[in-house]
Amino acid sequence: MTHWIARQRYLIDFTLAALARRKVRNIGLLLVFSLLVFAIASVMLFTSALRAEAARVLAASPEVILQRLVAGRHDLIPPGYIERIGRVRGVQRIEGRLWGYYYDPVVKANYTFQVLADNPPAPGSIVVGAGLARFRGVRPGNTLSFRSYAGRLFSFTVTEVLPASAELVSSDLVLLSEADFRAFFDYPAGHYTDIALSVANPLETRTVATKLSTLLPDSRPILRDEVLRTYASIFDWREGIVLTLLSAALLAFGILAWDKASGLSAEERREIGILKAIGWETGDVIRMKLWEGLLVALSAFLTGYLAAYLHVFHFSAAFLAPVLKGWAVLYPRYTLTPAIDGLQIATLFLFTVFPYAVAVLVPIWRAAITDPDAVMRA
Amino acid sequence: MIFQPAIIALLLASAVSVLMLAAAFPFALQIVRRWDIASGSALQLALERRTYLFSTLTSLVFATQMVTLLLFVFNADKMSVMFVGAMCAVGTLNVNPWGFPALYAQIAVFFAAAVWLAINHVDNQARDYPLVRIKYGLLMLLLPLLATVLALQLEYFINLRADVITSCCGSLFSEQSTTLASEASAMEARPAMQLFYAALGLAIFLNTVHAGFGRRWSGALAALGGAGAFAAAIAGILAFVSLYIYEHPNHHCPFCLLKPEYGYRGYLLYLPLFLATAASLAAGALQAFAHHPSLRHLAPRASQRLAGAAAIGFWLFAAIATTMVWTSNLILIES
Repeated sequence: MTHWIARQRYLIDFTLAALARRKVRNIGLLLVFSLLVFAIASVMLFTSALRAEAARVLAASPEVILQRLVAGRHDLIPPGYIERIGRVRGVQRIEGRLWGYYYDPVVKANYTFQVLADNPPAPGSIVVGAGLARFRGVRPGNTLSFRSYAGRLFSFTVTEVLPASAELVSSDLVLLSEADFRAFFDYPAGHYTDIALSVANPLETRTVATKLSTLLPDSRPILRDEVLRTYASIFDWREGIVLTLLSAALLAFGILAWDKASGLSAEERREIGILKAIGWETGDVIRMKLWEGLLVALSAFLTGYLAAYLHVFHFSAAFLAPVLKGWAVLYPRYTLTPAIDGLQIATLFLFTVFPYAVAVLVPIWRAAITDPDAVMRA
Repeated sequence: MIFQPAIIALLLASAVSVLMLAAAFPFALQIVRRWDIASGSALQLALERRTYLFSTLTSLVFATQMVTLLLFVFNADKMSVMFVGAMCAVGTLNVNPWGFPALYAQIAVFFAAAVWLAINHVDNQARDYPLVRIKYGLLMLLLPLLATVLALQLEYFINLRADVITSCCGSLFSEQSTTLASEASAMEARPAMQLFYAALGLAIFLNTVHAGFGRRWSGALAALGGAGAFAAAIAGILAFVSLYIYEHPNHHCPFCLLKPEYGYRGYLLYLPLFLATAASLAAGALQAFAHHPSLRHLAPRASQRLAGAAAIGFWLFAAIATTMVWTSNLILIES
């Protein structure tokens, strides 16, 4: 065993010296390889961070949301509907929610108006999200006016701007009192937008949802798990599409690696000839060349991954954001929490190092079977 | 659900592996038919040179297959959030009938690859390559196996449909999708425990005997003991080791062990188990070639070493499993 390790150490030593002798060529390959790892790793890190963010945001949302459907479209919850649900076993809390969208022609953006059940703002005052405050340039104490859909002008006093840490969910949010909400949207009394139910035991949510849909056939229960699943698969899908597009780059890189590895200079050929003449076997030359490939691949992998990490978590993934995160006028500003897992690294490794290894295999072999006398005589 | 990074990577690795072995196939055929170490013909020289390429290529393919086994399980576990009722890899693999066959095929490839690599290693050390025909004959047998893995994986991944919200659907989205069987069936705890320790003890004994004697019969017994111990160990993990680790009397799952909630203890168990089983199988296979003159010393020595490693591996596995059971707070069997 020690013999084997010593042998590999000498091979690595020799390989490093050989690599250093051909700096320019190897640095070029290293650069391209790192760039490829960088691109793929950026996509992976960014989407996994977005997925984690979505899960964190949804963790506090109600387990079941009940919407009413009329002709397949979302409709208001009429009075008496909540009472019809009555007591469903396992449900801790039933709450009618009031929320809606408002298009603000001044900044050409959509706001979300919502009534808070627990300690809502006083009538005439509102609490706004950080993105909206930034866009309209308001601070606590200022007055904001909106023209309602009915054409009337409403003025509200901003009492508070929501903290920037919650911006991902509250960027475009306007919180107001129930009376203001109903007056502003001409919302019929007793009606609600939808119903939120909290279920204590996660195993019971499906049963609760099934009960609800038999009790109220015109309703559509949406489970938090379903929303989570949908988000996860949307991000996965986007990631997969980008990766599939990048596979052209992968192929190009494979060709480049093949070309680089097979374009042995006369000097290199001579070197291998001499090595074999002084007693190296074909297997040794292959081993040396494999070490060369492994060293290049690992350095490129580390460099690329590190660069991708910095790109995504320190520079907010400037190159990728437009494709992967979706868009909105009032897009929230947020920094992502780093999320790294083993699966991701293993996948990335398989994506980049494996094709490289395959691409350089045949050229390596070609180099290794060179006849010493043929080379030295030439 | 093909557009998942890990799935794309797995399929890429499998497809490239099959392609490479397929490229090696005509060459393997030529070797089996025309190899003659005594000849100095141009063909023989070319063949000898090409063995370097194909043995490196095959080593790469098999090393990759070992990594993809891990990735496959890892990915199945990760995808469990996508399916109603799936808690871990068991549920994900149960989504369609191809999941578990794909896993089993992958495990079979893992062991076959390990045995092939061991034979290759010993053959390369002998000066006249006595096993070259057998090696490439085996390679031709392994190609269909690898192609099966690729086909099963493709079939499995293409037929995965995540239970997600679709805007066309009227009421409760998850209602139609049946809840998956997220538990594996298992034996009773007490007989499983007896089987577990008996089989492991036997495997340790047989492999130790082979490490000492290095005979053909002992090699075969060591391999048989190893295979039996593997089956008993998996049954034991399902039946009682997992229960003690989860401290839950009904949660039989071989995959949740790999999760961070349980401190990745599964790796501690599976790594020695898989390596020991592979080593004992390889030990048995190598011993069968001891009659070749140029391998008279090489093959038994490598085989004995592997058997020794297998014995240590099985012992380590048993010790780790016992420690995990011992330190658990669950009382499954009252004495």
